[in-house]
Amino acid sequence: MLLIECPFCGPRAEVEFRCSGEGHIARPETPENISDEAWADYVYMRTNPKGLHFERWMHQHGCRRWFCVARDTVTHKIRAIYKLGEAKPALDEPKTEGEGA
Amino acid sequence: MPRPRYSIFSLARNALAYHQNWTEAWRSPAPKPHYKVIIVGAGGHGLSTAYYLAKEHGITDVAVLDKGWLGGGNVARNTTIVRSDYLFGESIALYDKSLSMWHDLSRELNFNTMFSPRGIVKLIHNRDGQREAERRFNALRLAGVDSEMLTPLQVKRLAPMVDISPGAAHPVLGATLQRRGGIARHDAVAWGYARAADALGVDMIQHCEVTGFRIEGGRVKGVETVQGFIGADAVALVPAGHVGVLAAKAGFRLPIESVTMQAMVSEPVKPCLDTVVMSPIPFSLSQSDKGEFVFGMSTEPYNSYSQRGTLPHIEEISANAVSVLPGLSRLRMLRKWGGVLDVSRDVSPIMGRTPVEGMYVNCGWGTGGFKSIPGSGWAFSHMIAQDRPHDLMLPFGLDRFAAGALIDEHAASGSFEAFK
Ligand SMILES: Cc1cc2nc3c(=O)[nH]c(=O)nc-3n(C[C@H](O)[C@H](O)[C@H](O)COP(=O)(O)OP(=O)(O)OC[C@H]3O[C@@H](n4cnc5c(N)ncnc54)[C@H](O)[C@@H]3O)c2cc1C
Ligand SMILES: [Zn+2]
Repeated sequence: MLLIECPFCGPRAEVEFRCSGEGHIARPETPENISDEAWADYVYMRTNPKGLHFERWMHQHGCRRWFCVARDTVTHKIRAIYKLGEAKPALDEPKTEGEGA
Repeated sequence: MPRPRYSIFSLARNALAYHQNWTEAWRSPAPKPHYKVIIVGAGGHGLSTAYYLAKEHGITDVAVLDKGWLGGGNVARNTTIVRSDYLFGESIALYDKSLSMWHDLSRELNFNTMFSPRGIVKLIHNRDGQREAERRFNALRLAGVDSEMLTPLQVKRLAPMVDISPGAAHPVLGATLQRRGGIARHDAVAWGYARAADALGVDMIQHCEVTGFRIEGGRVKGVETVQGFIGADAVALVPAGHVGVLAAKAGFRLPIESVTMQAMVSEPVKPCLDTVVMSPIPFSLSQSDKGEFVFGMSTEPYNSYSQRGTLPHIEEISANAVSVLPGLSRLRMLRKWGGVLDVSRDVSPIMGRTPVEGMYVNCGWGTGGFKSIPGSGWAFSHMIAQDRPHDLMLPFGLDRFAAGALIDEHAASGSFEAFK
């Protein structure tokens, strides 16, 4: 089980949290002016990387506030935790190629 | 390449020779410099696609590449529930074609897939579930596919271990039953298709990870692999959980996220359950021919390529199962494992063209793609051979996301989270 450092409450067990998938996805400013493909890209398409992933999490059974997590999708190691609205931290890609099956 | 047929006589003959003379089930050739069709992923879907390409369309200049060993992915890690009781007409047609094919698969492949149509009992625990079940039951009957509604007493008769007392934590209000559904031997499906495709001339290339693509003028020319470049007229991506990694290498994204799903298996016990029991609370289970209870779970809560699940999930699923089948409470578990699943945004498969010409994709089967292995390969081979989607897969193209024509099977896929 992961130990996750809520930026507001401190370290808590994974089961208190909810992961809501990829972060840093900006809603198009003028949806009425973009193509269906561009809209579908925003709503449905995901990067789904093997390795470093920038995500949004919520402390569901705690303060219920949202924050960002940079996590490795192979080892589950948490690389950084930061607040909503902050820029992606600069982290190097882990070497995961060829790991797992 | 004629292969000796498996039969009671070949079994007897080989038994007398102390099983020293069995021939290999498929060759392990070095890759040729060029193939008409390269299939990436030797799981169930990749292998069945190869088999039907050769058998139905006469295309035998085909290689199936896998980064690991053949049948080492989800096809060997799943709980083998085979059924077609989905909600929407598009899904019912595709899954039921597949279910019909299961009933004749062992004979078709000359390989015992141990398909056991023992019926799928899907429990109902509350009013919402009752409505979902009735709607699905009606949709299936309208489509001419078998489905029955059961009362709690009928559930008890089929699966005596289920607690139907009104005071239960999850009272059983009834169930749906699909009698033609059942379970099969996972490995046998992969091996059977591989052996049958090999006999028709298809090359199985194991330990050959695809690391990139050669794309010229928007058209795929071949694949880069750890064993070097291999040219191809057409490339079919069937890598299940790793489809996002390969799509990124070909320069496009998919409406898919990769997550782990776990299963676990108990010590063997005397036969006491001869049907599959699924519940939306959730859990699913069946008893294998060896007597082990096989437990299916729901997906893990975050993106993962780890093939390892978390312990809290095991605790939750075990508690769920024990609350409905209290007799399981002292069962000891032997093993647990995980597989990396490709879960699409509407939990329906994505089959068809990609933005790269000559490259096709068959993915997004997520939690429920074992059952669809025969039908999926059958329809997808048609697409590759004729460059035109088969009617059965037409609604499942990648273009449905921009068109808004989603096929949302969250409820019928087994629970309200993605599951089975
Ligand atoms: C725990 C669990 C329980 C399940 N239970 C059920 C169930 O009860 N019923 C049901 O219908 N479905 C079930 N499923 C889902 C089902 O197993 C999958 O949907 C299905 O097996 C996926 O298709 P496949 O067999 O082709 O995939 P896989 O067997 O995973 O094949 C994909 C192959 O692609 C290879 N590959 C990946 N990347 C590359 C690369 N770069 N180069 C070369 N090769 C590559 C992999 O090594 C792998 O062998 C379950 C899954 C899991 C994990
Ligand atoms: Zn908090």
